[in-house]
Amino acid sequence: MSPSIVFLIATSVKLAIIAFVLLTALAYIQWVERKVIAHVQVRMGPSRVGPHGLLQPLADVIKLITKEGVLPPQVNTVFYVAAPILAVFMALISISVIPFGTSITIMGHKTMMELADVNVGVLVILAVSSMGVYGIALGGWASNNKYSLIGGLRSSAQMISYELPMSLAIAAPLLMAGSLSLRDIVNAQHGSWHLIPRWAIFAYPFPQVFSFIIFMIAAFAETNRIPFDLPEAENELVAGFHVEYSSMSFAGFFMAEYSNMVTVCCIATILFLGGWHPLWPVKWGSDFAAPAIFAAAGLICIYHGINYVRPFDRITLPIFGVIFLGCAGIFLVPILVPILMPIFWFLAKVSFLLFVFIWIRATLPRFRYDQLMAFAWKFLFPVALVNLLLTGFFVALVS
Amino acid sequence: MVDLLFFGIFAAIAVLCAINVVLQKHPISSALSLVGVMGSLAVLYLMLGGVFIAMAQIIVYAGAVMVLFVFVIMLLNAGIEVRRGRSWMATIFGVPALLGLLGVLACLLARWFPDAPTIKFGDFTGGGAKEVGYALFTEYLLPFEVTSVLILIAILGAVVLARKELD
Repeated sequence: MSPSIVFLIATSVKLAIIAFVLLTALAYIQWVERKVIAHVQVRMGPSRVGPHGLLQPLADVIKLITKEGVLPPQVNTVFYVAAPILAVFMALISISVIPFGTSITIMGHKTMMELADVNVGVLVILAVSSMGVYGIALGGWASNNKYSLIGGLRSSAQMISYELPMSLAIAAPLLMAGSLSLRDIVNAQHGSWHLIPRWAIFAYPFPQVFSFIIFMIAAFAETNRIPFDLPEAENELVAGFHVEYSSMSFAGFFMAEYSNMVTVCCIATILFLGGWHPLWPVKWGSDFAAPAIFAAAGLICIYHGINYVRPFDRITLPIFGVIFLGCAGIFLVPILVPILMPIFWFLAKVSFLLFVFIWIRATLPRFRYDQLMAFAWKFLFPVALVNLLLTGFFVALVS
Repeated sequence: MVDLLFFGIFAAIAVLCAINVVLQKHPISSALSLVGVMGSLAVLYLMLGGVFIAMAQIIVYAGAVMVLFVFVIMLLNAGIEVRRGRSWMATIFGVPALLGLLGVLACLLARWFPDAPTIKFGDFTGGGAKEVGYALFTEYLLPFEVTSVLILIAILGAVVLARKELD
């Protein structure tokens, strides 16, 4: 087969896998979010649809699709319809440049674990995220409603303000890696000193802890999450920029928000947390972390299935236990280890950051609008600038 | 061949969006058409090998600058502009005069630069971040620094204007 046909087939397969996994994950992040927040607040969370509410996302999707899509009479139709499409398009497109793992070789053909290996990947992500503002701003404006207009205005002001510290925080680890390609950045964080991995946040000459914190704060603002969810502040703006949206167009904004969350967590993982490199070296047995975690989860499930509290736990928990034990078994197959372990570490880090997002939503109250702006311009921006200067200074000193 | 096809598509989009900027009655539609122009220009830069410039074009112009435009238009709540009648001179002679001007320009360019080489897509490879940064800080250092001073002056001016309003 000619290389271009192989490329076409490989890209189509990767596209299908990434699209399926991402869209399913988007639905289930919402389930995880509801469950985690519920447990933080000592509630049950969704528990009616399926065991432990696991089919709730499916029910939500069906509900959103079958609901009537209301087109309010006062809206600017073209932009009203285009806004959620734009938002979700820009949110989904940036996942295509993110590398999930090392390369994979099937029948002599080598393919990278990402859709597009762009040598300016970081810039592509910044460009796409800067275009993502239009969806929300236009949606707010086209709805022709004072609440949604204020929501849209707040969102664009907030995203412009926080893009600056975010870009400056991204620039610092780029100086250490000396490349704009996401794959090269991850490869630059390979290896470790004794037990400490050579990730950017631990790295010599200047640990990027401050960049990481600044990036995460700005990421919360860029994705309009609590404590920076001013564009959809329920107590003052009803629902903010998506007041007038219903059915699938509402779901579009929803998907865009969660997809942006996934993207920023992936970028944080790649830039600061060493991408798919393990937390401790392979020679100390980091390859056995995944089977150990899955086996522990499986055994806990089976234990609670035997000593059940609720009657249906007797059936559901052993099933989950067997599934988890099966996953542990898969991670022990020698031929799959070099493919699965990078993906495991990458997904583990991304999931941890996503959990932090949810955790903070359950913990913190919302900022006031003037606090939000003052924080971005008077604190975050100068700190990011000083951090970039220091990083540049130390990198220049060493090289 | 594929390059030429893509060039044709995005050049056409750029021109159509540029015409649309003028034709649209609503400021928001015009601003979004301008975003379309910026975006297709970025694609053209990308095809010519200016990878870094293409991304900077999207981040700075299509992203930051145009978002600010849209923001201001939304904030001022500018309505649909009222179209006044045009003079008959413009209606009759507008398009022919424009075409004539373009023809004169093309003719002059062909006469002044008769041996200008034809650009092929993929010939130019020095458009990465490293090359651009190196050029900015060696060959074009003075223009670069002068531009940054200019921007600093503009920021100071904005601060002064904003402070006056407070008093």
